[in-house]
Amino acid sequence: MQVIDYLIDPLHHEFMRRAMIEVVLMGAVTGAIGTFVVLRGLSFIGDALSHAIFPGVIIAFLLGASIFWGALLFGVLTSIAIGVVATHQRVKEDSAIGVLFAGTFALGVVLISSSKNFTRDLASFLFGNVLGVTMTDIWLSFGMGALVIVLIGVFYRELLITSFDRVAAQAMGLPVFLLDLLLLVMISLTIVVSLRAVGNILVVAMLVTPAAAARLLADRLLVTMSLSAAIGVASGIVGLYISYYNDFAAGGTIVLVATAIFALVWLFAPAHGYVFTNVLNRRLAGAAETQVVFESPEIQAPGRH
Amino acid sequence: MRSNSPGLVTSDDHEDCLVIRDLAVAYGRKVVLKGVQADIRRGQVVGIIGPNGGGKSTLLKAILGLAPVTAGSIYLFGKHASQLRSRMAYVPQRELVDWDFPVTAYDVAMMGRYPHIGWLRRPTNHDRSVVEHMMERVEIIDQRAAQIGQLSGGQQQRVFIARALAQEADVLLLDEPMNGIDAGTQDIIMQVIEEQRVAGKIVLLATHDLVSASCACDCLCCVNERMVSYGPVTETYTVDNLAATYGGPLIMLGKSAEIEPAHTHHTGDHGHHHHTHEGVGGERN
Repeated sequence: MQVIDYLIDPLHHEFMRRAMIEVVLMGAVTGAIGTFVVLRGLSFIGDALSHAIFPGVIIAFLLGASIFWGALLFGVLTSIAIGVVATHQRVKEDSAIGVLFAGTFALGVVLISSSKNFTRDLASFLFGNVLGVTMTDIWLSFGMGALVIVLIGVFYRELLITSFDRVAAQAMGLPVFLLDLLLLVMISLTIVVSLRAVGNILVVAMLVTPAAAARLLADRLLVTMSLSAAIGVASGIVGLYISYYNDFAAGGTIVLVATAIFALVWLFAPAHGYVFTNVLNRRLAGAAETQVVFESPEIQAPGRH
Repeated sequence: MRSNSPGLVTSDDHEDCLVIRDLAVAYGRKVVLKGVQADIRRGQVVGIIGPNGGGKSTLLKAILGLAPVTAGSIYLFGKHASQLRSRMAYVPQRELVDWDFPVTAYDVAMMGRYPHIGWLRRPTNHDRSVVEHMMERVEIIDQRAAQIGQLSGGQQQRVFIARALAQEADVLLLDEPMNGIDAGTQDIIMQVIEEQRVAGKIVLLATHDLVSASCACDCLCCVNERMVSYGPVTETYTVDNLAATYGGPLIMLGKSAEIEPAHTHHTGDHGHHHHTHEGVGGERN
């Protein structure tokens, strides 16, 4: 069958098999942790972290060491720095983040300008190079991804309550600052996992877009997280096929697929989609106008902010 | 200015009390609350009243250890209150909750059990039965699977009350629980407060609803950036004291007594035009 061939053909190449494994790992982990990024409004922090680990990647690359460890070190350092600088009263958190991520990113650009293959290397870090992943990369991605998923499992309740009701979490005596730091470190790990697949610049899309779509589809955290991971994986696989057959950049294509999925969900999600809430509801409301009068106020939807 | 009338409930046995001494709270250099003195015994319901921004929520947060206390101390059952946080249950103001968050009513109520469950453990059957029992108590069990934002204001408030009850705490802190809810829910909350009193718990109720405060509470703590007065309702729920707390025109619906502040100057018919003119000029300046 032609469709099967279409799907199987690329997998005859070793590099495509490796790329496929890599994007599946990346999609699952970014989708899962991205749920917290979206629920807590950390998109900007995710973007900042992805830029901030850039000099770590470059230093490791120039030293010939694994870029994973360089990225991880800078991710953790930046997470702590953001947390600490923002506790100063005169510096608001978003300013602290802005200063740190622009500064560290600039450091990375300056550092890599000393490399012989400046342009090519820079491009592969900024936009990913999923077709060039090695088995070592895959094992490291798997290890870090598994670590992130296990940490989510272990601290699920704590992450839930600090995200939903921070004051109650503090009131219960939970170490909210440390939990915030843990989440930032987990986001850093996730970004490191994603570097090869989509690169520095576009990783924030994988952190935000699948989770934002999943949020429109689910009413429970665990379901939201699972759907988000599924959308991340689907974006990775579909994006990789499309890029293979059209010779597009893989990272960009994967993000575009995720964006398209978000757009579809935003339009057509059963309960919270635009079409349902604005077009169908209005029509139903018109038809059922006489019945609405008899409903008790208790049943009416509450105001949302 | 009126002098403070502390009206402290004296108690020799602090092992049974929430004791607040000379409490002051400041954000940076701005002092938002000072001079708070109170001895609250088990089985007492204390209403915290005062104008918006007068420090009602701040006082609750200070007791929970969430506000920067710059002076004084808070003891619960003979220990620093910050050491006994898990024995205090808190119901936040409705406005502070993210109602779109993907949690169900049951998930939220279960959060009350978190201090009992501990790290790395799962909820036990006992945890689940406590949560269900408390959700039944506030008549929200039928909505257990609903996402929290799908509920009405009153139902949402009952979920948070169930969460606080599920914590099985000794102190219940309620921040404006009567805001934006239906009469049925108000009744349930009043019943729950009464049950907590009978069970020997301490209840702190920050509210601007003076009538329900005067009905539900044993004592009132009146705050307006400082503690204006503290004492039994019979002593503090007076026209003079409330005027001192709110520092302006006040209409007490319960007693239909209208209080005119001392500085209002009556201009009558003659002064009407003049007053308007002054107002416009004031806006421009």
